[in-house]
Amino acid sequence: MGIAIGIGALVLIALYFIGIYNSLVRARNEARNGWSQIDVQLKRRHDLIPNLVETVKGYAAHEKDTLEAVISARTAAVAAKTPGEAGKAEGLLGAALGNLFALSERYPDLKANQNFLSLQEELASTENRIGFARQAYNDAATRYNNKREVFPANLISGGFEKAELFEIEIAAEREVPKVEF
Amino acid sequence: MWEQIRSNRRRGAFVLAGMGVLLVLIGMAVAGLFTQDPGGLVVGGAGALLLWLFLWMVTVSKGDDIMLHMAGAREIEHAHHPVLFNLVEEMTIASALPKRPRVFVVDDPSPNAFAVGRDPQKASVAVTTGLLRILDRDELQGVVAHELGHIKNRDVALLTTAGVMMGAIVMLAEVGLRAMWYTGGGRRSRSSNDQGGAQAAIMIGALVLLILAPILAQLMYFALSRRREYLADASGAMFTRYPEGLASALEKLGGGRAAPLSDTSRVTAPMYIVAPLRKARGGGASLFSTHPPLEERVRILRSMGGMADFGAYDRAFRNTKGRRVVGLHTLEETTAVPARDAGESGAGDADEGGLFGTGGMLGAVEPAPSAAGARGAQPPPLPPESLRARAASDAFLQASGYAMRTCEDCGATVKVPPSLQERVTSCPRCNGRLRS
Repeated sequence: MGIAIGIGALVLIALYFIGIYNSLVRARNEARNGWSQIDVQLKRRHDLIPNLVETVKGYAAHEKDTLEAVISARTAAVAAKTPGEAGKAEGLLGAALGNLFALSERYPDLKANQNFLSLQEELASTENRIGFARQAYNDAATRYNNKREVFPANLISGGFEKAELFEIEIAAEREVPKVEF
Repeated sequence: MWEQIRSNRRRGAFVLAGMGVLLVLIGMAVAGLFTQDPGGLVVGGAGALLLWLFLWMVTVSKGDDIMLHMAGAREIEHAHHPVLFNLVEEMTIASALPKRPRVFVVDDPSPNAFAVGRDPQKASVAVTTGLLRILDRDELQGVVAHELGHIKNRDVALLTTAGVMMGAIVMLAEVGLRAMWYTGGGRRSRSSNDQGGAQAAIMIGALVLLILAPILAQLMYFALSRRREYLADASGAMFTRYPEGLASALEKLGGGRAAPLSDTSRVTAPMYIVAPLRKARGGGASLFSTHPPLEERVRILRSMGGMADFGAYDRAFRNTKGRRVVGLHTLEETTAVPARDAGESGAGDADEGGLFGTGGMLGAVEPAPSAAGARGAQPPPLPPESLRARAASDAFLQASGYAMRTCEDCGATVKVPPSLQERVTSCPRCNGRLRS
């Protein structure tokens, strides 16, 4: 009788920890999925840029410096390997794009171009999506980190690495000059 | 987010259980009109549950597609309305829904929007052309976020189930009252005197129940619906990090006193962003309306004090209404999140700018952040079916007295409602002269 109760209790405890383990796995997958969303949107931004550059060339071909800055920033962003590199490269790309759109103010024909306007909307939306993806990723990562640190999950969460939150670390990158009109 | 769903589900289950008890009681009351046998009463209660189950299955099997069809919604692709489509994509990411809902447009000048889909994997959102016409990008984002909040919080499943239950209770009460009216007298005359007293007591009890139960059920249902509406507002503020967008959209919706949407039933009404039925519109805090008054929703959203999380919404709600709206369990899990500024494009937390410091990049190009979207940007050439739809909606507008004026400078067509025809003389897009 006593043995039966002991075994029963052990089984219950084992089931409890299996439940915790599974919920940790779920939370980790959610965080990973959030991270991949950011990647998807960054790639979308890269894909939109060649088209944008072509459109702008048609109206402002002599603005070579700005256009080339965008192209080289994109190349660097595509080639970036680590998250740190990517962060820096994407920051430069964002600034280069900002210059490009600021430049468009001087070309009324370009500003009225259908293709340019729809590209502008797509890029604005991509920008938003990157922001929202980061927001969702940070939420999921915080949830996962909390889960793996609280007792008793911390007894078995050794194999679960802490998720890094997505923050902007380099001061210069925070301070992209705003262009006012 | 998941915690929020859990605590809300608990409360929803509580309301459903309460309505279920009412349903069983009323089934027993109706049975009690015909028999005093306890077995008969049990059969009555079970019968009421079966009726509910039957109605529920009919409603569920009709499915989302039927509802969308009834509302006259047609599915759109990215090319038909890039801004709307992009906004749904953005909010799908922000709300971490597993899949982007399908996007529908309803050709209706009355500004409104709704969501359907019990399963977040197979949900849809629909907005009216009237809504697209009057909102800018930030406002439309708020509306889309509100609708995705309904999907995320699984309001569709809960409110459909509760709505059907209310319908069953009202239906049974009606049947019971009629049965009492026609058969009550006859049955009493047949019984002997000492039985008559007991029977009269039962009859009075049943009568009270038949009159009170439907009222109680409706109060519970409408309270649940209004609460869900507030929570969807809170979710909208949270997803966009910009409560002002939704607040300003709601304000515009309150201003537009267009005709109510046709083909909306009581059960589907709570899914709309503003009450679609004529009766529910009058404003005022009625206990029998599916939606809280717009002014109140706007006031709460505007008093969140520069924050965008559930805690801030709950504080603002308490200041206005004196009670809580978000579950305590949820509040423990939420962290404070600041709202973003009006000038900032994109999402992300206000103090950090967008990802990689690009926040505000595109917003800075245009004077207003919204101008990059709905108002300023011209969509790519429309496919023929959209042009046909536009021609049809124009014909309707002209029939209701709208004037079609063309701008001499930019070529835009301006559709001016009768009340504004004297005041609108220049093009709202480029300030050029208008020609009728």
